[in-house]
Amino acid sequence: MDTFKKLKRFYWPYKKYFFISLFFLLFVTAITVVYPIILQKTIDEVVLKDRYSLIPYLSVAFLVVMIIKGFATFFHQYLGELFGIISVYKLREALYEKLQVLSFKYYDNAKTGDLMSRLTADVEGFRFFLSVGFAELLRITLLIVFSLAVMFYYSAPLALVTMAAMPFLAIVVFQFEKRAHPAFKGIRKSFGRLNTRVQENISGMNTVKSLSREDFEIGRFSTNNDNYRQNYIRTSEIWAKFFPLMEFIGNVCAVALLAFGGYLVINEKIGLGELVAFFSLVWYILGPLMNLGFVINLFSQSKASGERLLEILEAKEDIAEQEDAIDTVINGHVTFRDVTLTYTENDDTALKHISFDAPPGKVIGLIGATGSGKTSITQLITRFYEPETGEVLVDNRPVADYKLKALRKHIGFVLQESFLFSTTIRANIAYGNPDIREEQIIDAAKRAQAHDFIMEMPKGYDTLLGERGMGLSGGQKQRIAIARAICINPSILVLDDATSAVDMETEFKIQKALKEVMRGRTTFIIAHRISSLKHADEILVLEDGEIVERGKHDELITNHGPYQRIYDIQYQDREAIMNRAAGS
Amino acid sequence: MAKSKEERVTKNRHLKRFYYTVDHAVEKPFNWQQLWRLLVYLKPYATTYLPGAIIAMLVSTAVRLVVPILIGKVAIDVAISNKDTNLLTYLVIGIGILYLLNYIGNIFRIKWVNILGQNVIYDLRRHLFSHVQRLSHRFFDSRSAGSILVRIMNDINSLQELFTNGIINLLMDVVTLAGIVVILLVLSPKLALAIMVVIPIMFYISTKLRRTIRRAWQNTRIQQSRLNSHLNESIQGIRITQSFTQEKENEQFFDGINSDNFESWQIATKKSALFRPFVDLSNAVGTIILITYGAYLILQGPENGGIEIGTFVSFAFFLGMFWEPISRLGQMYNQLLMAMASSERIFEFLDEQPNVEERANAFEFADMKGHIEFDHVQFSYDVERIALHEVSLDIKAGETIALVGHTGSGKSTIANLISRFYDPTKGTVRIDGHDLRDVKLDSLRQQISVVLQDTFIFSGTIMENIRFGRPDAADEEVIEAAKVVGADEFIQRLANGYETEVEERGNILSAGERQLLSFARALLANPRILILDEATASIDTETEVKIQAALRRLLKGRTAIIIAHRLSTIRESDTIFVLQQGKILEYGNHEQLMKSRGEYFELVKSQFQMLDAI
Repeated sequence: MDTFKKLKRFYWPYKKYFFISLFFLLFVTAITVVYPIILQKTIDEVVLKDRYSLIPYLSVAFLVVMIIKGFATFFHQYLGELFGIISVYKLREALYEKLQVLSFKYYDNAKTGDLMSRLTADVEGFRFFLSVGFAELLRITLLIVFSLAVMFYYSAPLALVTMAAMPFLAIVVFQFEKRAHPAFKGIRKSFGRLNTRVQENISGMNTVKSLSREDFEIGRFSTNNDNYRQNYIRTSEIWAKFFPLMEFIGNVCAVALLAFGGYLVINEKIGLGELVAFFSLVWYILGPLMNLGFVINLFSQSKASGERLLEILEAKEDIAEQEDAIDTVINGHVTFRDVTLTYTENDDTALKHISFDAPPGKVIGLIGATGSGKTSITQLITRFYEPETGEVLVDNRPVADYKLKALRKHIGFVLQESFLFSTTIRANIAYGNPDIREEQIIDAAKRAQAHDFIMEMPKGYDTLLGERGMGLSGGQKQRIAIARAICINPSILVLDDATSAVDMETEFKIQKALKEVMRGRTTFIIAHRISSLKHADEILVLEDGEIVERGKHDELITNHGPYQRIYDIQYQDREAIMNRAAGS
Repeated sequence: MAKSKEERVTKNRHLKRFYYTVDHAVEKPFNWQQLWRLLVYLKPYATTYLPGAIIAMLVSTAVRLVVPILIGKVAIDVAISNKDTNLLTYLVIGIGILYLLNYIGNIFRIKWVNILGQNVIYDLRRHLFSHVQRLSHRFFDSRSAGSILVRIMNDINSLQELFTNGIINLLMDVVTLAGIVVILLVLSPKLALAIMVVIPIMFYISTKLRRTIRRAWQNTRIQQSRLNSHLNESIQGIRITQSFTQEKENEQFFDGINSDNFESWQIATKKSALFRPFVDLSNAVGTIILITYGAYLILQGPENGGIEIGTFVSFAFFLGMFWEPISRLGQMYNQLLMAMASSERIFEFLDEQPNVEERANAFEFADMKGHIEFDHVQFSYDVERIALHEVSLDIKAGETIALVGHTGSGKSTIANLISRFYDPTKGTVRIDGHDLRDVKLDSLRQQISVVLQDTFIFSGTIMENIRFGRPDAADEEVIEAAKVVGADEFIQRLANGYETEVEERGNILSAGERQLLSFARALLANPRILILDEATASIDTETEVKIQAALRRLLKGRTAIIIAHRLSTIRESDTIFVLQQGKILEYGNHEQLMKSRGEYFELVKSQFQMLDAI
């Protein structure tokens, strides 16, 4: 119950829908039991006593009661559902806001698939319980109580005999739930595996075709496909075992009713109409009883869902804004003083004692193997992570002193993975600054060498990107990401391997344009190619989180360090080729 | 939910922030031809599960129809009214036995129906998947992976219900309904006709009302998948969002779609809350007819054309049985319309023809040597654009050649023609003197491997990923291949060595390591012809040096086609072909081409000038 208590703020404000719904539920169930009574009255009071004059009253009464039931059913169902969907509306809002503020650290350890299943399946599970589950539990209880009351009113012995099978049914129902639930999970898992298999096959189709492994793939697929079939059939065997059995137990009740009830009617202990009414009442009890297991299951599932949702809602927000954080314009002077960073406690240190100073106008180049800490440095400037020791200063103030928005608003980031959103190219470029003017968008695109290929598209800047939109090549995506960063008019620009998929000629043009844009501002360039950062004012060469070499390109190429080694490898071709070409 | 006006205005500005196109399950008009095509998949089971399930279904349906008559006409009218305890006892035993039959019938119906359905779904999905495997690159290029996945998984699954319960239930409901109508007419034609007034009402509710309800739910599904698409995207793009501090703006957008979603749910639940009351009311109409007219008929007595009390009771039972089959038939009709949409999409894929077809008399291409000839080959992907103009090439077995040129110059087309992913529009491609159109596709392609720039990592262990090159390779052979290309070193360093689990989106492997894995894969496949579509973009320099060394070992003793940007690889080729707009501009080895100072020389020079200029 603790879970539901913690989630109370989402549903309790709407409790009135729930209680009104319950109020109508009382009418619905009470009236349901009226039908067999009407049947009984028709037979016992009208037919057997030849009092046809009662019929009109009976009919009108029945009709009125049914109309009331109609209205009650509508309001019960509608308000019950409303209670669920309005609570979930609020819940989604809270979840989304939470997701916006959770830090990089949280996302480093979270899987999109897992988060998505919480946001969809678990939210839905919670809604279903609020809308249907709890009310259904009450409905079942009420229906059984009312029906039993009527039965006992008619004839206690007959009620007892008829209901003798009830405990057996209850056992069967719970046995069924116990097995059906894991079996269903099995089907879902098996379907998930099949889905993954097909998805990988399609995503990796080029690889499949390049090695001509179609038959092998069909074989692997068939294994999963068969596994799904077998899982499903095995589950259906549980259905085949239990559903007929439940129905059979119900039918046994009906047979017992006929035997004992018939005997009672013959001996004039009860009226014929009462016997007929019993036939309906029996199913009012057995039907809901068969559902009881499902509802109880729902309850435990929704509890688990609630817990998973709470995990998101209660996740720690690592990066918190200070209360007296300042909101000011940033010039872009970045200073690192002896900065050490560890991502998670058991991990290796990502950065060790990093110090440098980058006043506005300076270009800092970062080079080093994958995992050497280049990206980590840049992500500390925007305070996506916090250093373990040491200071990260912007304009001579610790980054934690700034409001997050103030700090990040003027730092243009072009990340390694150039993620674009499902919207127009225009909106993607203007992402960081939605109110920007059209000319500025086009200007940014031109500088990023993106304008020409955008204009070649049938819809130009209105071309939609995303899963179903236009497919772009890696280089084109990178260029749009660069334009996006230019658009916010950054004081600090970070290019994290931003032109890796762009050909050399285009990269050259982009760099020339950026030089112009970044005059008087601070630029960080992360790259593998020497050509991308040789013009930097200072190049930091990183190895395992440490700066092992620093200086200008011209100094470093004769330093006999790692930089020279990389340079030699990348430029050996040129020496060999150009010399020979010149000599011939 | 009421929002002030200003709030709405600022909200609306952000409603156009993202666009999500959503596949909605459109209803398609009923199409007999298509249904027939679907039903063909039942054929393999036409003598086993299908008739079995039908017989089991008929048994249990028959019991359900007979028992109310026995209770009404025999138990009440004869046994109870004559106070015949013996007859009542026999009857109870008889009904008990009938219920036992019903029980057994139900067991086998559920069992067989599911086996039948799952087998059909298995066959259908397998057929579709296998067919898709044979389709060309262009098929995959023009569609997103998601849209293909949806057809193989979801569209097929939406037929599951049809093939499992749908068809048998359809029969069962028709039999039940017809049975009830016939029985009621026999028992009392007058009362039967009076009561059957409710059937059209029920049908109306079950089809028309249900359809408006379903449309409302369809709308909620559309809203819901928009919401989910955005959630998914906002999680994946969270780093960008936080970098550009767009959290608040996104919240406004989300607020908009969240409200839309809420409103669509509200409409849908309101509509569906109407359903039950209408059903109940139509039932009530039936009951009122029964008690007024039925009671009247009883009072008239059987001798005056009236009915006995048992008939009345039977009617009461059957009245309660009307709704279920009618409701399911209505549902079934809707389900069929949806199934039409799904099967149309499935058949669209099945009707897609592979680009190249194998000849009936194609022969097995054994022991390829690897001598490739292009004889005046012309090729165009579509009518307007010619990709290759009369290209002739002669690549001796064991030679390494390089294809150089800008994007769209025809390099990849040449590679695709060698693997016979396409047939030339004019001219012939021959390997070892055989026209490729004469050989069996599999035997050809199994001896050719392509190493791509972006290698796909399947989820599984490293061992399994390398073994993808030749599934029957032993562990030692896999490790040997990894050693040769120099991948063994980093694999050994991983926590679980060759048993380390990897996946496409995982971060365990760097780009360079992935490339080395793909070399190991190709080496294991041991092809006679190797095509390298290489671009080692974001690999750090030290790794790149390793890759170059691995490459040399991989190429040894094979015919190799290299599509490359890096000069060091190209330089060592036996012949370099410089392509421009589908034509061979010049060819020769590196020294020759540098000497002749043609396009190749310019290409090399401009690259280095760029390096210096920056």
